[in-house]
Amino acid sequence: MGAKCPECDADLEIPEDVINGEIVSCPDCGTDFEVVIKDDGEVELKPAEIEGEDWGE
Amino acid sequence: MGLIYDRIRWEEKALIKASKKAGLSLTPIDAKEIYFNISENAKALEKTFGNLVIQRCVSYFRGLHITAVLENAGLPVINTFQTSLICGNKLFTTLALTKAGLPSPKTTVAFAPETALKVLETMGYPAVLKPTVGSWGRLVALVRDRESAQALIEAREEIRNALLHVYYLQELVKRPPRDIRIIVIGGETIAASYRYAPPGEWRTNVARGGTSKPCPITPELQELALKAAEAVGGGVLAVDCMEGPEGFLINEVNSTIEFRGISSTTEVNIAERILDYAVRMVKK
Repeated sequence: MGAKCPECDADLEIPEDVINGEIVSCPDCGTDFEVVIKDDGEVELKPAEIEGEDWGE
Repeated sequence: MGLIYDRIRWEEKALIKASKKAGLSLTPIDAKEIYFNISENAKALEKTFGNLVIQRCVSYFRGLHITAVLENAGLPVINTFQTSLICGNKLFTTLALTKAGLPSPKTTVAFAPETALKVLETMGYPAVLKPTVGSWGRLVALVRDRESAQALIEAREEIRNALLHVYYLQELVKRPPRDIRIIVIGGETIAASYRYAPPGEWRTNVARGGTSKPCPITPELQELALKAAEAVGGGVLAVDCMEGPEGFLINEVNSTIEFRGISSTTEVNIAERILDYAVRMVKK
């Protein structure tokens, strides 16, 4: 599945088995996007959250 | 069951895959879209979240607060609020481990810059300064002398984050360039791995490029790991310990465990074991 990077317009490859919430990175500019699969199956990319000071395991 | 996430990592994908394989209903729920009307009837929550929730938020505070609401409504959450609270804070973890009589690195906590500096002078250098909240080795600093201590403390004071103004200081343990991670699920040790620090790095965190190698679970390690897990309230946990000059020292216990690194060293399917435990908890 292909998409355009919302940041730099590069071609972004989205895996076929992608799940809602998964993160894809742009190979060109490195920006992380969260994959949102809409009810009609269309895939939307929104900027991923930036690492917070309380992130971890 | 519900799986609360805010970011789908390797581990969340593994859990979703394992649930499909086992024919379990596990609904992923994006924590960023959750809101609770606290005054509403708590019973309504079960419809959205199922009869048990696996809380896997990468943000500690987000996960902790969500757990508070769900648990208060009577929904079982893995891990519990108490366990998450303790494991998400290095000081609370050290307190729990020490209370249980378990070996951990010598730790001092101070609450003002001058006092922290005084403590360091008494402890001697090198020492380790860590934030009480945080993971992946973030801001964990090796302090070699008074000058770097002053610089680090000054920098922390400049940052408007109350948590960084708690000074959690530890001895630097003479250990090989690795530590040991033991996964404990429901009072059982599941797997263990050595984590080696990458070249040019002293921290062993896999998030910092550390590599995992198989590690045998000796009876001594098993006993320590189980006691450490129990000390923080049990559940699904990763106990990290170091090989000190006088024996094992428990460094910390993680509550929203990442198991990608350790999974490369073991045949055990950790995601499946977490789900088995969740099913047992539902039946209880």
